[in-house]
Order: sequence, then structure tokens, then C-alpha cells
Amino acid sequence: MAESTNNSSAGRKGLSVRLGKAWEPFTKVPLLGWLLGILVAVALEQLVGTPLAHLVGLSKIPVLFGFVIVLKQPVLLPGTLLYILLIYLLPVGLVARLGAALTNKLAARLLQSPLWVSAIVHVGLLYASLHMWADISDYRDLVLRLTLIAIILTLSLNIVNGYMGEFSCSHPGFMALGAYAASAFTVIFFVEDKVFGSPLLPPALGPFLFPLALIFGGVISALGALLVAIPSFRTRGDYLAIISLAFLFIVKSLIENLEILGGPRGFMSQPDWANLPTVFIWCMGSIWIINNFVSSTLGKSLNAVRDEETAANAMTVNTRRTKMVGFQFAAFWAGVAGGLFAHVMRYVNPGSFGIQKLAEMLAMVYFGGLNSVVGSIVGAVGFNLLSEALRPLELFKWIIIPLLLILVMLYRPTGLIAFREFDIANLLKPKRKSEEEVEHAIATD
Amino acid sequence: MTSFLQNIVNALQWGSFYALIALGYSMVYGVLMLFNFAHGDIFMVGAYIGFFVSTGLVALSALGALTLPSWLILTLTIIVAMFLTSFVGMLVERIGYRPLRGAPRASAAITGLMIGIILETGNLALLGAQRVSFPALIESVTYNIGGVFVTNKKVLIVVVSLLLMFALHQFVQRTKWGMAMRAMAVDFVVVPLMGVPLNTIAALTFALGSGLAAAAGILFGVAYPVLDPYMGILFGWKAFVAAILGGRGSILGAALAGFLLGFIEIFVAAIFPSTLRDLIAYSIILLILTFRPHGFFGEAYSAKLRL
Repeated sequence: MAESTNNSSAGRKGLSVRLGKAWEPFTKVPLLGWLLGILVAVALEQLVGTPLAHLVGLSKIPVLFGFVIVLKQPVLLPGTLLYILLIYLLPVGLVARLGAALTNKLAARLLQSPLWVSAIVHVGLLYASLHMWADISDYRDLVLRLTLIAIILTLSLNIVNGYMGEFSCSHPGFMALGAYAASAFTVIFFVEDKVFGSPLLPPALGPFLFPLALIFGGVISALGALLVAIPSFRTRGDYLAIISLAFLFIVKSLIENLEILGGPRGFMSQPDWANLPTVFIWCMGSIWIINNFVSSTLGKSLNAVRDEETAANAMTVNTRRTKMVGFQFAAFWAGVAGGLFAHVMRYVNPGSFGIQKLAEMLAMVYFGGLNSVVGSIVGAVGFNLLSEALRPLELFKWIIIPLLLILVMLYRPTGLIAFREFDIANLLKPKRKSEEEVEHAIATD
Repeated sequence: MTSFLQNIVNALQWGSFYALIALGYSMVYGVLMLFNFAHGDIFMVGAYIGFFVSTGLVALSALGALTLPSWLILTLTIIVAMFLTSFVGMLVERIGYRPLRGAPRASAAITGLMIGIILETGNLALLGAQRVSFPALIESVTYNIGGVFVTNKKVLIVVVSLLLMFALHQFVQRTKWGMAMRAMAVDFVVVPLMGVPLNTIAALTFALGSGLAAAAGILFGVAYPVLDPYMGILFGWKAFVAAILGGRGSILGAALAGFLLGFIEIFVAAIFPSTLRDLIAYSIILLILTFRPHGFFGEAYSAKLRL
């Protein structure tokens, strides 16, 4: 009996060792190397993607890494796998591994200048890859933009549910406030509309003033958050959960009754200004700002209030103010995400901000991980890609995704990557050993 | 005046559904300090189980296999469906809540939410998208009492709901199991150390709540015979508001808050345009919670959230 368990554990160990060996050459690749590899891969896809897809028997480039194709027509599995291997895995692996020496040097060189220079280079590379990837089809573009918006939303809900430890149900409401406020802003000022009449400002200015519209949406939803925050943060307990739920019903009903905003039929004719670069910049900006917020004194006091409110109070944290600010900050970003969402879809209706949206947002936060910026990003991207990839399964998608989330909750109750900090400097640094480490290794040998 | 009385009758019926569902939320919240977000869907499952049981019994009677009067069919349906649905509730507890006993409370709420989605989708996958209609078990009779129209269905719904609530109250106040539940509501860390089986009590709490939800589902089917897989969502979330409005773990509070929610919704719809119903109803609730943040019968407590 004991022997057999030993054997099996040895076998498992052997596998992980072998996997580790296979992975070893890649451990020295810095983030810059990976990004460069991805850039080469997507460039390759743009150049030879279509002929290669025809060659392996696909009618066109698989839009979402072949998930959709394989689920619809399992016969095409080998061709799709071959395509993925040739277009994505091989180039990324080769460039990352062969260029490692060069990219390590580059990354080290970049870090000699201020951190933000290096960060901008990395983000720029990422954007270039995403842009080329999304260039292939409109569907990719849409999925990508919605995923980036989902990242903002998840981060914003994570501030409340993760960092603050409360349970908010009102985020779809904040999103709706932001979406309608930003839409009204752009339509009143820059668009010829049946209800609102001719534009007040020259439409050519629009794209430049679009950030103002989003900020306006965010501010409106932060003001709306006061309605939830004032009654619920007077006491401790679960009252935020229902007050915010009541707020969600109120917002939805309010919009349904505002005929000037289209009522239940919805509101359309938003200009098409939320293109990929805009959404990307806002998403990166929100990650940066929220990451700074949660590692600031205010963010730490949010954590303190969550862990032990009385103790935090004794340590001179103004608990009520902290919670209010945190909540409004979160609502602001939900509003911004709503504004972006409205301008991506170019149509919003109250029905899209209901209980369903709430379930989706909660799923993203708890899938990725509480109290973690990386976790939120992983959660939003994972959930969105999964829900797009499983789309061919139709109904069963809504059995598989909840089951997956239940499994995540059972084995990691706070989410996949919870309570992890996001250290940019560590992420961007070259992966080769520093000189001291090398000397130390020689000395011990 | 007559329209006022008429609305009261309607509100009593509408509030009964909320009250019965809210009781399930309230008990789980009171005893285990957890949100059972699958509860609205358990209400839906209860209604569907009731549909199958009653359709089966009606078919058997029609075949002449057994001759049952329709009131007996309804009674049997309620009893059997409550019994079966309580197992669904226990299953939800076993799968989604018991493994997460030591985890943050919100995680269990998420598993509940996801189990609810699985129940909805599973229903849709098994039975298809068409709605099913609940068999008409009792002939609708309308009494005119001084200009107020009361149907026998409304009387039945309100009376059965009140009876069930009374039974629950007696159970919780008079039996040993009820005492264990009340003790658990006071402190679910220490009471298990005193020899009260936590798992049994948790399962019992879910079973009782689910049974009541099933009863609500059948009564709903009697009043509004069209069932669809998503019927539980809105009902569930609104009853959740009512449950917390009643105060933590207070059965009387949850029942009263359920009826109050029914009254507010019916009267707002009667006075204002019905599109404003949610807006005004939930603004009133927001106001109530602003001034009574612990609900009607909840005690001020400072629970340290386990996250």
C-alpha cells in the first residue's frame, strides 16, 4: 500500500520534473522577450495567416485561438492545433528563447532610465501586438475592447468586495449611471440628435473632449454612490448588500422611466469614439491608478478597516471616511467603464444593467481573486475569453462556467490569484542572474 | 375605499409569496450568517416539482387509476413538493456551502449564485424553452364582499402561507431542533462545541427554507399558472431585500417585511404609473434602511466579517 502511494507520488514528481526541465530554457526570458515574441507571432499571422489557414484546411484564420472552430467542427482539431503551433507557439517560443540574451540586455538598459520609460515601452509593445491581433477581424476587435472594459469593471468591484471586504451589488447600477451620463454628454454636445437637437460644440472637437465625457460619467456614478454609502456605512454588517441591491433596482427603474434617455427602448446614436487605442489607454490608466490607490495609505487603511474595524479606528484611521472614499472611487471607475461600454456598443438599454450583469461581474472578481490587481486582470480576461470561446455550446456554456467557478471557490475560496501585490519593477526586470549572484555561485562551487 | 380594500387583498396575496421566500433567506442568514443566492431558483424548482406532481396526479385521476378530489391533489402536491424541494435545498447546502464553511462568507454566496444559474440553465436544457402552465386544480370562485372582489384562490394562498409561517414559528420556538437553530443564530462558533451538530442544523435550515420556497412556488402557480425557468430571479432578489429588511434571523420580521414589500409594490402600482413601481418601492426601502439600518427586528450587532 505504502509502496504504491510512493510510486504514484514519484511518478507525479517525475512528470513535474520533466515539465520543469522543458520549461527551464524559458525561465531566463524577461517579459520584454515574451512581448517581442507575441509581436512577431501576430505579425506573422497578418502576413501568412490566411494562406496557412487554407493550407491546414481551415476556411479562414481562427478568430479565438480555434476554440470556436473546434467546438463547432471537431474534425478540424488537428488543422487548428497545427495552426496554433505554427503561428503562435513556435514563433513566440523561438523568439523568446533565442532573443533572451538580447532582450535581457535591453530590459536591463531600460531599467537604467526611470521606471516609467520601461513601463511605457512594455505597454507600447503590448498595444502593438493587440492592435495587430485585433486587426484581423471586427469580432476580435470587439471582444478585445469588451475585455479591456471588463478589466476596469473587475478592478473597480474588487476595490469594494476585495480590498474593502464589503459585498456590493450595485455595480451594474454605477455602470448604467456612467453609461447614460457619458452618452448624454457626447450626444448633447457633439451629435445631431432627434431628441437633443443640434450639437452645442463642433463635432470635430468630440474625440478630444471624449475623456471629459467619460470623467463626467464617472463623477455622476460617484455621486450616485453617495446614496448607497451614506446609509450603509453608518453601521457595520451586511446592509451594504441590500442597500446596494435596492439602489440597483432604483437606477434601473429610473432609467426606464426617463423618456428623454429612451426609456426601456434604450439609448443610441453614441459616436464611435471608443476605439481600441482609447479603450486600451483608459484600461492601462485605470490599472495604474487603481494599483497606486490600493498600495497608498488610503488603500492600506481600506484593508485595515476590512480586517478589524475597531483596531483600525484605534490606529487613527477614519473608518467612515475611508469606506466612503473607497466606495466612491470604485463607483467612479465603474462609471467610466460604463461610458466606454456605451460608446463601444453604441447602444445601451436598461436591461443590460441588471442582475445578470451583476452575476457576471461577481464571477469575474471571484474567479480572478480578491484583493489583487493581477487577479482582477486574470479574472476579467479569463472569464471573457472563456465565455466567448464556449459560445458555440450555447446553453451548456451557462452550466460549464458556473461549475468552473464553483470548483474555483471550493479549492481556492478567494479566487485564483488572491492577495497578491503587483510589483511592476519586479515584472520588468531582466531575468538573468545579477553579477553578485554569479560570483556567489562561483564561490560556492 | 373599495379600491383601497381591493388593493389590500391583492397586496396580501402578493406579499405572501415574498414572505414565504424571505423566510428561507432569513433563516439561512440568521443561523449561518450566509446569503443563499440560490434560493430564488429553489423557489423556481419547487414550482416545477409542484407542476410535475400535480400534473401526474391529475393524469392519474383522469385515467381512473385513483379518484382524488382536486383539493386533495393540491394538498398532496404541496406536501410532496415541499418534501422533495427540501432535498434540493440540502443538496445546495452540501455542494455549495458545507465545503466552504471556513472560507470567506462571500465565496459561499458566489457558489450559491452559480448553483442558481446552473438550476436555471439545467431546467432550460431539460425542459426546453417553452413555458409550462400549471394545471388548474381549483375552480376560481369570486366573492363580492361590499364591492371588494375576493377569489377563493387569494384566500387559499393567504391562509396557507399564514399557516406555514405559524407552523415554522412553532417549530423554531417549541422544538429541540428549533432551539438548536436559535442557539446557532446567537453564536455559531461556540454552540457546535456544546454538542449541537452544526452540519445537521445547517442542512435542516436549508431544508426548511426550501420547503417554504416550494410552497410559495406552488401557490404562485395556482395564482399565475405560467412557469418559466427564470421566474425565480427577480422574486428571489426582492425577497432577499425583504429578508434583511426584517432583521437578521427574525422570522416574524422576515414575514412582515415580505408582506410590507408586497403592500408597497401593489400600492405604488395602484397610485402611480406602474412603470414607477420599482423606483418608488425601493426608494421607500432605502429610506427605511437609512433610519433603521438593522431592519425591523434585528439587533444592533457588530459582526466581524470573515472577510
